[in-house]
Amino acid sequence: MRVAVLDMGLGNLLSIRRGIERASTGKGVPSPGAGAGSRPQAGPSAEVTIAQRDSEAHSADAIVIPGVGAFRDGALAIMERFGGTVERIRKGEAPALGICLGMQLLFTRSFEGGEYLGLNLIPGDVVKLPAAVKVPHMGWNSIRILREGVLVRGIPDGEHFYFVHSYYCRPEDWGVAVAEAEYGVPIPAIVEKGAIFGTQFHPEKSGEAGRLVIRNFLEAAKR
Amino acid sequence: MLTKRIIPCLDVDRGRVVKGIRFVNLRDAGDPVEQALEYERQGADEIVFLDITASSDNRETVIDMVRKTAYELSIPFTVGGGIRSYSDVRRTLMAGADKVSLNTAAVQNPSLIKEGAEIFGSQCIVVAIDAKRAGEGKWEVYTHGGRRATGMDAIEWASKAEEMGAGEILLTSMDFDGSKDGYDLELTRRVSESVNIPVIASGGAGNPAHIYEALTAGKADAALAASIFHYAEYTVGEVKAYLMERGVPVRVVPIPPKPEKGLPSGSPGGVGEDAKAGKR
Repeated sequence: MRVAVLDMGLGNLLSIRRGIERASTGKGVPSPGAGAGSRPQAGPSAEVTIAQRDSEAHSADAIVIPGVGAFRDGALAIMERFGGTVERIRKGEAPALGICLGMQLLFTRSFEGGEYLGLNLIPGDVVKLPAAVKVPHMGWNSIRILREGVLVRGIPDGEHFYFVHSYYCRPEDWGVAVAEAEYGVPIPAIVEKGAIFGTQFHPEKSGEAGRLVIRNFLEAAKR
Repeated sequence: MLTKRIIPCLDVDRGRVVKGIRFVNLRDAGDPVEQALEYERQGADEIVFLDITASSDNRETVIDMVRKTAYELSIPFTVGGGIRSYSDVRRTLMAGADKVSLNTAAVQNPSLIKEGAEIFGSQCIVVAIDAKRAGEGKWEVYTHGGRRATGMDAIEWASKAEEMGAGEILLTSMDFDGSKDGYDLELTRRVSESVNIPVIASGGAGNPAHIYEALTAGKADAALAASIFHYAEYTVGEVKAYLMERGVPVRVVPIPPKPEKGLPSGSPGGVGEDAKAGKR
């Protein structure tokens, strides 16, 4: 299968590319002392393209919207460069995974540095974390699984993932949240709506647990 | 619940690890990537690379190391040491580092913090502070690897760095660094209480109890250590098990067997206890 990572010109995409490749081949970091049988199971084989424009993402079976930079810049770049791809995602023709800022872009609007419109694929706002906690929310936080979902298959309740963000999503319908993390307020950690997926954490930086989340996405997108 | 982070630090000279894990059968004990991967297996939450190369024509070597590390590692890593300009910040992050750590350059040119944070986000910009006691409840900031006093107050500087856009403070006690007597808890607590961004305690870790103190009494969000991991006195997993037993929230991964003690494999290429800088 072909996976396109949308390059919005906001940072290095090597980590996410490698994250997908590791999930695809199962080539992770095997724990020492464990037998060969414990080697992570390989996921669907995926060929990763870093897409700079719509035409390069056109034939992809799955889309990954990466997560670095500010909301305004990300929203501007994705609307300018990838209008056709966004339409495919909206129509359910291409499964999509938004990571961190990439997940926030799926929502209606954000209040990061002003008020900016997002893709409105999932109704809701993106707002600043409460002042009572240290911002950014940085580090490994545990998630609580709220309901069955695609990305949490095989993930135990309480598993840890690496978060780095200062704003969080407030969906209109909390039913889209498959898992949440607690940081002053409940934060949607994983959202799923049809073939649209999002993780507030960085699966590509979350070791073996993150690898499994990406693999789950690839498995779902393969169909 | 957000966990406290354990961060091993690797000192790197001309692209080779000079302080790293010695008692593990790595194919190449001087290879920064292999060392980082070993720490990832042990359950490290992040890795810090501290470039201690004296010469200034070293950026290409560092950038190459960053690229290779980003390719293999699946936990975040920070690169510090020798990052002087916005161009250094940009190149290091674009090569795949998750964060850069600014020390002397941030003091000399605080707008570098702002510029980096505005373009790449605060989460990418760590301000490293080397602090030395200067009297009761006072600490002075030093730069140039601890060789130059600045006259600046460490607690005030931490707040200023936050104001300029730093996403994190890496706080090293020069008095305690290398002592293995524990972190400077008072300094750590004072800085942690005065900023609203995460603080990484550094300098003085000799055993898991010291790390426990830094994360509880010291109120640090993360603890950085080198020697105790470097000499395989404790694995990261053992430290985390100790913390968990005492109620500190940590991310626990299955503890791998303790590496057998022995000579480092392969040619160590300058690996030794006589690392020229950064005691940590």
